[in-house]
Amino acid sequence: MFADYSMSELGAIFAMQGFAGLILFSVFVLMALGLAIIFGQMGVINMAHGEFMILGAYVTYLVSNFFAAYLPGLFSAYFFLAMILAFIASGALGLFIEWSMIRHLYKRPLDTLLATWGLSLILQQIYRSVFGAREVGVSIPDWMMGSMPVTDLIEIPINGIFVMVLAVGISLAVYVMMFRSGWGKQVRAINQNRVMAGAVGINTEWTDRLTFGIGCGVAGVAGSAFTMIGSTGPTAGQLYIVDTFLVVVFGGAASLLGTIASAFSISQAQSIMEFFLSGSMAKVLTLLIIVGILMIRPQGLFAMKLRK
Amino acid sequence: MKANALFTRSEMIGFAILACVIFLLLPAVLDTFRLNLFGKYLTYSFVAIGLALCWGAGGILSLGQGVFFGLGGYCMAMFLKLEASTPENTAIQSTPGIPDFMDWNQLTALPWWWEPFHSLGFAMFAVVAVPVVFAFIIGVAMFRRRVGGVYFAIITQAFAAILTILIIGQQGFTGGVNGITDLRTLLGWDIRTDEAKETLYYVNGILLFAVLFAAQFVRRSKLGRLLIAMRDQEDRVRFSGYDVASFKIFIFCLGAAFAGIGGAMFTLQVGFMSPTLVGIVPSIEMVIFCAVGGRMSILGAVYGALLVNWAKTTFSESFPELWLLGLGGLFIAVVMAFPNGLAGIWSEKVEPRLLKLIKKSPAQAASPAQQSTPAE
Amino acid sequence: MNTTNDKYVLRVEGLTVSFDGFKAVNDLSFYVEPNECRVIIGPNGAGKTTVLDLICGRTKATEGSVKFKGQELLEMREDQIVHAGVGRKFQTPSVYEDLTVFENLELSYPKGHGVFGALAFKRDAAVKTRIQEIAETIFLDGQLDEKAAYLSHGQKQWLEIGMLLIQDPELLMLDEPVAGMSVAERKKTAELLNRIIADRSVIVIEHDMGFVEDIATRVTVLHQGKTLSEGSMQRVQNDPKVVEVYLGH
Repeated sequence: MFADYSMSELGAIFAMQGFAGLILFSVFVLMALGLAIIFGQMGVINMAHGEFMILGAYVTYLVSNFFAAYLPGLFSAYFFLAMILAFIASGALGLFIEWSMIRHLYKRPLDTLLATWGLSLILQQIYRSVFGAREVGVSIPDWMMGSMPVTDLIEIPINGIFVMVLAVGISLAVYVMMFRSGWGKQVRAINQNRVMAGAVGINTEWTDRLTFGIGCGVAGVAGSAFTMIGSTGPTAGQLYIVDTFLVVVFGGAASLLGTIASAFSISQAQSIMEFFLSGSMAKVLTLLIIVGILMIRPQGLFAMKLRK
Repeated sequence: MKANALFTRSEMIGFAILACVIFLLLPAVLDTFRLNLFGKYLTYSFVAIGLALCWGAGGILSLGQGVFFGLGGYCMAMFLKLEASTPENTAIQSTPGIPDFMDWNQLTALPWWWEPFHSLGFAMFAVVAVPVVFAFIIGVAMFRRRVGGVYFAIITQAFAAILTILIIGQQGFTGGVNGITDLRTLLGWDIRTDEAKETLYYVNGILLFAVLFAAQFVRRSKLGRLLIAMRDQEDRVRFSGYDVASFKIFIFCLGAAFAGIGGAMFTLQVGFMSPTLVGIVPSIEMVIFCAVGGRMSILGAVYGALLVNWAKTTFSESFPELWLLGLGGLFIAVVMAFPNGLAGIWSEKVEPRLLKLIKKSPAQAASPAQQSTPAE
Repeated sequence: MNTTNDKYVLRVEGLTVSFDGFKAVNDLSFYVEPNECRVIIGPNGAGKTTVLDLICGRTKATEGSVKFKGQELLEMREDQIVHAGVGRKFQTPSVYEDLTVFENLELSYPKGHGVFGALAFKRDAAVKTRIQEIAETIFLDGQLDEKAAYLSHGQKQWLEIGMLLIQDPELLMLDEPVAGMSVAERKKTAELLNRIIADRSVIVIEHDMGFVEDIATRVTVLHQGKTLSEGSMQRVQNDPKVVEVYLGH
């Protein structure tokens, strides 16, 4: 299958395909970070994670429309405000859901899964009623359009670069929160020993709520970033949820670095295979490989061996 | 306690009532179209019964039961499609004698793995065997490695995604997103007529009871108690000398076999099989049928499937927007407020009062409380 | 089996397990004779429970050998180890709360352990008699039809001991059998244990020194995953190393 291409063409194909993989990687990282916080640190399965992302995307859509209508002069900068609002909206909804639902189910992880699935259905219907069943697109500011030529064969889209930069930025922010802030320390303490953490004066209830809220907020930011490379529909979140969970589980649930490494390997594998196989077969093969590896190594790529 | 008997008294009454509902009440009050619809709902209850054993008793939550339902359904659909694709019926195709969707996708010969499905015997065997083999492979790989809980749920969900993508992607072999449609006869017997639909409804009901009896036998056996023990204290069971994984594999395979039979009956009664019944969404909906009925209760599973699907049809006919909200709310309500579902409401609220009303004798009234967990 | 006339029922040699470099059990060796009651004591984190976990297969050893009547246990699955004749009681009482006392005991009855054996299992007279017998031994014959969830903490401990007894293991391992019991329950348990250790080998982890003195044939003191001292209770109590670990610093 390589015979039809010259060396330089092949190189360009791999570079472009690799770059497409990098964008996919950024997408996976953005999606998985929020989930890794919630699932990895709290052990809660949030099947509505995708819908929290979509909420962020819709917020961005609203903000962009608002700027286009009332503040056209500032349109090129709307995205940054949109991101903050997406974080706040998804985060606030997350806090509310934790308070009303999740906290009653901490001892029943499988039930959490079903209840949050129910939540995802409700959110989808609300999106459909409010925004319509059709996908909506966000008008991208001019500076994000077009692409950057690297060589005469290789071109990289600027919005892709922007999403990548965002992914790196948000990963760093999450890292700092988890490992450099007091909240992060409390979350990790609770993760290791809930009773003891409570005994030394950590407000476990509030920390849980905040963790869930921040995880959802990060999902909102991810959704906001998505609008730069694709359109948003009410059921878009559901499409990603299995992939996202596999990324997190494959990485070893408790490890941020693992999540990023697994997002990288899965996205690269999928986008390179996509070139040689049909899209659906590439997806099937990627999923099968992940599931296969998970069967050999159920604890994921990066996980500590713990004394039981 | 007569623990060796297959039924307690209240379970016997429960079975009898269900038999009356399925064989007498529904056929009496419904026209053929509606009866066929309820027959379709009943095929989901095969899956829900399997889930009541796996999830309710054994604590193994599979979010991929649609895979087994679909595999069973596709095995039956492949046979029916081959019977419908005689060279005479398909004379206008560029390759007569193969299913129409293959011809549309430029296939010129029947794939080798379609060949055995010319035989009804083989197809009926495959309806059970294919799901069981799949379940066995997944079960061995997962349970031997001690993968359980939410991880198992997520991975089974991934399997549902994989199979859906595969079926849609390989449309030349599978009929793609439309599925296998335009099924006509079973050994020359037209399955599209009203009489055939009524007959199939009864066949479905009889098979359902066969599955219910099998499930009841398993639950009343020591294996049934072991499942509950495993769910609550897996290590204790292991250190009482049981190979926990083999029990989980068994019950998962049994659930898959039930689902496969349900899928085949779906194909026969509804007349097609498509990937929309395989994927993530239908798989998790099947869990809610079981949860609404009461996750521990096999009879509840049947009522749950009937009720949720009846509600779905009613609501989505008149208020399509409300249905998704209702279903979502149902998921949340069942988990948060009624974790034991209809069966729980029945055995905690209704049955004791009924018994008090019917018989004032205190000894009788006390009996349902004693066997509260598995009661209907 | 080439070593049936072995003097020891259990030979633990060079047993080591490391968790990410931390050696919870480090080159441990000890031997248990038939009908011996060996008590393992040691400060918290000495690796006592881990030793039991290693013997019964719950944790995989990094190195070493555990031979039970000549069979290498480290290569066997947990249920195979049980069938070889090793029983294990956990630290926190682990009984099946949703099942009755009778059903709890029945599940431990050594018959019908395969999938199809369990399907075909019949509650015959032999089973019932044996369960009745055991229930009397563990003071629970009045509660056979009660759900295990409604038992007191001490009764749950007895029930779990009963579940082991019905297996009739040659080597019984008990992890803190009297922890969390009232004084009366403790006395009853000591009496119970004294009766059941008579015709089998037992390894017990216990902190209560009075209780240890009551039942121990020999005592092994663990410290940081290694044997610190071994011998009769008296010898161990007077060992200056042991005194230092428990009282020093």
